[in-house]
Amino acid sequence: MSEELVTTSGTPMAVAITGSGGSGAVTAGMILLEAVGEAGWFGLMTRSAGPQIRGGESAAMLRFGPEPVECLGDRFDLLVGLDWRNAGRFADEIPLDAASLVLTDSGAGPVPEALLRCGPQVYELPLRAAAEAVPQGRLNMVAIGTLGTRVGLPLAALEGGLRRTLGGKGAKVVEPALACLRQGFDLGWAPFAMAAVSAPGAPERWVLSGNDAAGLGALRGGVRFVAAYPITPATEILEWLAPRLEQLGGSLLQAEDEVASVNMIIGAAFGGVPALTATSGPGLSLMMEGIGLAVASETPIVVVDVMRGGPSTGIPTKPEQSDLNIAVYGLHGDAPHLVLAPLSVGDCAFTTQWAVGLAEHLQTAAIVLSDQSLGQSRAVTAPAPEPTAHLTRLRQTSPGERYQRYALTEYGVSPMTEPGIPGGMYTAEGLEHTERGTPSSAAADHRVQLEKRRIKLDDFDYGDAWAEIRGEGETCVLTWGSTAGAVFEAAERARAAGTPLRVIALRLLAPLRRRALMRALEGARRLLVVEQNQSGQLFHLLNAHRVLPPTARRFARPGPLPLRPGEILEHILGTD
Amino acid sequence: METATPTPAVKAKDYKSDITPVWCPGCGHFAVLSALTKALAYLGLPKEQVAVVSGIGCSSRLPAYLDSYGFHGLHGRALAVATGLKAVRPELTVLVAGGDGDGFSIGGNHFLHACRRNMDLTYIVMDNEVYGMTKGQASPTTAPDWSSSKLTPHGPGVRRFRPAAIALAAGASFIARGFSGDPSGLTRLIVQAIEHRGFSFLQVLSPCQTFRPEQKDWKRQVHSIDAGPATNDVEAAARIHADDGMALGLIYVEALPVWQPTAQPSASLAEIEQELRR
Repeated sequence: MSEELVTTSGTPMAVAITGSGGSGAVTAGMILLEAVGEAGWFGLMTRSAGPQIRGGESAAMLRFGPEPVECLGDRFDLLVGLDWRNAGRFADEIPLDAASLVLTDSGAGPVPEALLRCGPQVYELPLRAAAEAVPQGRLNMVAIGTLGTRVGLPLAALEGGLRRTLGGKGAKVVEPALACLRQGFDLGWAPFAMAAVSAPGAPERWVLSGNDAAGLGALRGGVRFVAAYPITPATEILEWLAPRLEQLGGSLLQAEDEVASVNMIIGAAFGGVPALTATSGPGLSLMMEGIGLAVASETPIVVVDVMRGGPSTGIPTKPEQSDLNIAVYGLHGDAPHLVLAPLSVGDCAFTTQWAVGLAEHLQTAAIVLSDQSLGQSRAVTAPAPEPTAHLTRLRQTSPGERYQRYALTEYGVSPMTEPGIPGGMYTAEGLEHTERGTPSSAAADHRVQLEKRRIKLDDFDYGDAWAEIRGEGETCVLTWGSTAGAVFEAAERARAAGTPLRVIALRLLAPLRRRALMRALEGARRLLVVEQNQSGQLFHLLNAHRVLPPTARRFARPGPLPLRPGEILEHILGTD
Repeated sequence: METATPTPAVKAKDYKSDITPVWCPGCGHFAVLSALTKALAYLGLPKEQVAVVSGIGCSSRLPAYLDSYGFHGLHGRALAVATGLKAVRPELTVLVAGGDGDGFSIGGNHFLHACRRNMDLTYIVMDNEVYGMTKGQASPTTAPDWSSSKLTPHGPGVRRFRPAAIALAAGASFIARGFSGDPSGLTRLIVQAIEHRGFSFLQVLSPCQTFRPEQKDWKRQVHSIDAGPATNDVEAAARIHADDGMALGLIYVEALPVWQPTAQPSASLAEIEQELRR
C-alpha cells in the first residue's frame, strides 16, 4: 500500500500520459479510459497536442473514479512520461504538486525542469526493458499495466480496455500489447488503494466523446442530412455521422465551404428532412446570413458550433466559450432563434437532440454551442437521457384551398407542406412576406410576421431543461456550457466546507428564460457569473435582460487552459 | 385496389401563379418564364413535383411567379439550397434560376462545385450583363469598356467571365445557350436541359431594357449553332474557344457520373447506440 498517496474511494484520480510523436501516449490514454469503463467506474479524458499536423508530442489527461467525473481537477496525482522530448510544454496543462508522482522509464533521461518545479516524487522503473522482453513490444503498453496496478484497476479491466481499443488491428498487434501490459502489471509498483466496482452488475456505462455524442443527439432527433466543411475541432462530429447517416438511409455531403453547408441544409429541410451542420467559430461567422434565412423563411436547421479560441483563426485546438455573442447577436435584423449549450460530454447528446426537436417544432434555426473541451474529450458516462417531450415538425399533408405557408396562428407556428404534396405549393421566402409567402414591404406584414416569429419562440413552454440547477443557498453561481462541470465540483467543495451554494447552469441561452431564471434566483444574495472568455459574454447577456443585481460579480477568464474547480472556488469564497 | 385515374394534362398557364412580376416592361425574363412553363407542360410534370430555387436579383424573382414549390433564398446561394434539396429528394425535378451577378460573381464558388458535383439539376442563368435590381452596375459578364455605371465610370476594366468555358472546365455535363428573343428555341433547350441526367447549365441571353437598351440589338447578333452538341470535352473546348458568346443551341452534352446519395438503410438507431455501450 502506498503511504505517500492517500485517497479515499470516491475521490477521482487524475493521471496524465505524455510522449513524443509515435510513442502512443494518446492510445495509452484511450486504453486506460476503456479500462475505467470495464471496471464500472466513470471517467473523462482530454488530449493535447503540439502544433505539428502529425507526430510531435502529445498528452492524454484523465480523471476517473467511482462517481461521475464532470471536469479535470486542479492537479494530477500521477504523470507517466513515455519519453521527455518537449514534454515541458505541457507544464501549464498538467499541474503537479509535492503529492504528485511521476513515473518514467529508468533510461528516459532527466524529467524536464518545468514539470519538476513543484517537487513531485519521481519513480524510475525498467519499463523499456520489460517492453523489449516481448517481441514487437511497446513501452506505452507496459506503462499502462504498471500504472493500472497503481490506480487499482484489475488486470481483466485493463485487458478488456486494450482489446476494445486495439481489437480492430488484429492479433498481430493485440497479442504483443497484452503481453507488455501483463509485464507492466507484474512490475508490481506499490499498488494503490481504490476499490474497483466489479464490472458484472455495474450500471450501464457509455464511452464516447462530446463530438460523438452530438452526432448521436442529431440522429436521435431525426437528422438524416448533414452538409458541412471540415474544421477543427468539429470534424469528428462529421466523421462519426458520415457512415451512420448512411446506415440509417440518410447522407452527409462535404460542401465547398460553410456558406454552402448552411444553405444546403436549408434546402434539405425545405425538402422535409431534418438537417444539421457542424462547424467552429470561423465557419459560424460565414454561416450567419444563412442562419438568418432559416429564421426568415421559417426553415428548421441546427448548427453545432464546437467553439475554439478566437477571434479569427485563433487557437483551433483549444477551448474557449467566446462565441456566445455571435450566436446570440450575430444575425442582422430582428431574428429570434435558439441558442443552446451542452453542460457535459454526455449532455452533448441530450442538448443536440433537444435542439433538433426545438428547431423542427418551432421552424427556426438552433445554434448549439459545444466547445473543444467537450467535443474532443472522451468520457465514461451514464447513458445520455432523451428529452421528455417528443418534438416534431408540424406538417400539413392535405392542404385545402389556398394554402398559406406563413399563416398567422395562435402560437406562431404554421403547418408546413413539402415538395411532392399536391395543393401545398408555396415559395419559401427570405424577403419579408405575406401569410401566403408573397414578398411584401408593407408595414403591417412586417409587423405581424416579426411578431409571429417572436411569439413562437418566446411563448413556447421549454419545460425544465433550460437549466440544470443544483443546491440551495444565498450564494449562487451562474454558468453555462462546458464550464458547468468545474463549477459543480467547486460547489461540492464549498458545501463540504460548510458554504451552501446554488448553481444555475444555463442550457438554453436564447430565448433566455428570464422569468424562470428570476424564480431560480429568488433569495440569492451573492451572485457570481463564471465563464471561459475574456469579456464576460454571459454576464453582459444577463445584464441586458436585467437579471443581475448591481452587486453581481463575474469570473471570466479566456482559454486555452480549462477553468479549474479550485480557482472557481476561490472566486466563490471571494464574493462573501 | 386503387384505380389509377389519368392525371389531367397540365397546361402551360397552369404553372403560372397569380402574382404579377416586378420586371420592367420589355424585360427578357418574361419570355424565360413563359418558355419555362411551356417546357414543364410539354414534359407533363405535376406541379407539386417541381421545385424552383433562386437567389437574389431581378431574374431570381421567378419562383414566385410559378405555381410550383419554390425557394427564394440568399444572393448567390441558390445552387447550394438546390443541392441540399436534391440530395434528400432525388425524385423531384429541381430547377435553379438566377442572373449573371448572382451566379457568376457572389455565387461563383457554388457554380464551380455544382458543375463538378454533376447532380441532376437544371441551372438557368438569365444573363443581361448587368445588375438590374441595384440599378445598373457592371456584372462579371459586362464588357470591360462599358462605362454607364457610376460605380465604374471608366468601365469595369476587367475581362469578361466566360460562363460556358468555366462550366466546361468545372465539369458540367450539359452546356447550352438560349435567347429570350427566340422563345420556341428556348423552350426546346429547357426541355433538353431538364431531360439531361446531370448538371445542365443553360445560359439565356435575356436583355435588360432599362439599363442596357443597346441589348435590343442582340436579336441581330445571335446565330444558331448548326452542328449537334459536342460530345466530349476536347471538342467542346474547341467550340467554346471559337464562340463569340452569341451562338445559340446545345454546345456540349456528355453522360458523366452523377453524384446522388441513395437511401439504403442497413442498421437501426438502436444498433448504432449499441456501439457506445459498455
